Amino acid sequence: MSEDKNKNIQDINTPDDKFIHPENKPRTVISPEGEEIHIEPLRDYFLEKRPEVIQPKSDAVEKFLNWARAESIWVLGFGTGCGSIEIPPLMTPRFDAFRYGVQMRPTPRQSSAIIISGYLAIKTLKRVIRVYEQMPSPKYVLALGSCTINGGMYWDSYNTINRLDHYIPVDVYVAGCMPRPEALLAGFVQLKKKIKEGRAEGANEYAEKFDWYKGNQKKIINDWNMPDYNW
Amino acid sequence: MNDIIQDITTRFSVTDIINKRENLTFVTCRKENTISLITHLRDREKFTHLVLLTAVDWIEDNLFQLTYILNNPTKKIDIAIRTMIPRDNPVMESAHRLWEQVATYQRELKEMFGIEFPDSPRLNEPFILEGWNEIPPYRRDFDTKKYSTETYFPRIGRGTNDPEEYMKSKLYPNDPTK
Repeated sequence: MSEDKNKNIQDINTPDDKFIHPENKPRTVISPEGEEIHIEPLRDYFLEKRPEVIQPKSDAVEKFLNWARAESIWVLGFGTGCGSIEIPPLMTPRFDAFRYGVQMRPTPRQSSAIIISGYLAIKTLKRVIRVYEQMPSPKYVLALGSCTINGGMYWDSYNTINRLDHYIPVDVYVAGCMPRPEALLAGFVQLKKKIKEGRAEGANEYAEKFDWYKGNQKKIINDWNMPDYNW
Repeated sequence: MNDIIQDITTRFSVTDIINKRENLTFVTCRKENTISLITHLRDREKFTHLVLLTAVDWIEDNLFQLTYILNNPTKKIDIAIRTMIPRDNPVMESAHRLWEQVATYQRELKEMFGIEFPDSPRLNEPFILEGWNEIPPYRRDFDTKKYSTETYFPRIGRGTNDPEEYMKSKLYPNDPTK
């Protein structure tokens, strides 16, 4: 894929950029006091730094922290595909994921886990990447349904990805089409086990293989208007 | 229903009249007459509701078929108008002045089939696909499986089994007669 297809934020001023809506383009506005302000709407919400590998300070502290992390998993309430319909009953009295220390959060900045619930279209993948990068480390990904494993029934579709682990690191897969909330609870139990053993190092893996993940993401996202970590 | 069909047959020279049900009739109309036929049906015959606008790719005949389905809410009858446009130069007159929501259908058809509707609002903005650089994906010459295999890292080991053979080999591995 050639360079010019991967639009980054620095190409935003090119007049032939058909993908960026006019109101998202950088421009100069005049405030009520008559002061000129230069604004770049897309850049405002971007992280400005590459993710970094965080090394544990000591084994004992890390073990304690992992116990604490595993017992309080805060999940971002973000449904990507048909599997998101399994998430609301998860919090109801019948399944009651709160027993396992699982609760929903409204914003990625407060979440430690994200459920990728089913197929991911390219358009959704773009949002998922932005959300994943905004989540504080350590962060966990729970992939729900066959579509995240090998594409599922959408394996030959022009617009849905086949393998999620090429775009963001995945900790636990829950197979099925669709898995029931019990399966999702089993996935959470598995995730807790993995965190306590210290094997859920998805965020560090993402930082280590950052260029590989970015390359895969940019291979399919052609209107790239997300951070490139190069300024 | 029959008198409406007779009327539009004489006025707009529609052909291929097919009665699917007693309250649904398909007619085929020439490209130039289509918008005036729809306007006539909406204003005179009170087909005030547009059910849908869709397209079919007849790649063998080198044609796109556009289908407008109109509904008369008082008489509870539907009429579907089919029109053929050339596949090489797919341009159709826009109907967004009759119903505003047609513009959304036309945006979809522009993106998925590459059919042009001049003057239709927001036609060239991305609708579902963001940053699509290939030929429109609903055209039948677009090989979606090939594109998916080349683009989306298919997981190695994925295969299909004939359920009967597979269960036989699982249940009776040593007895080929069963």
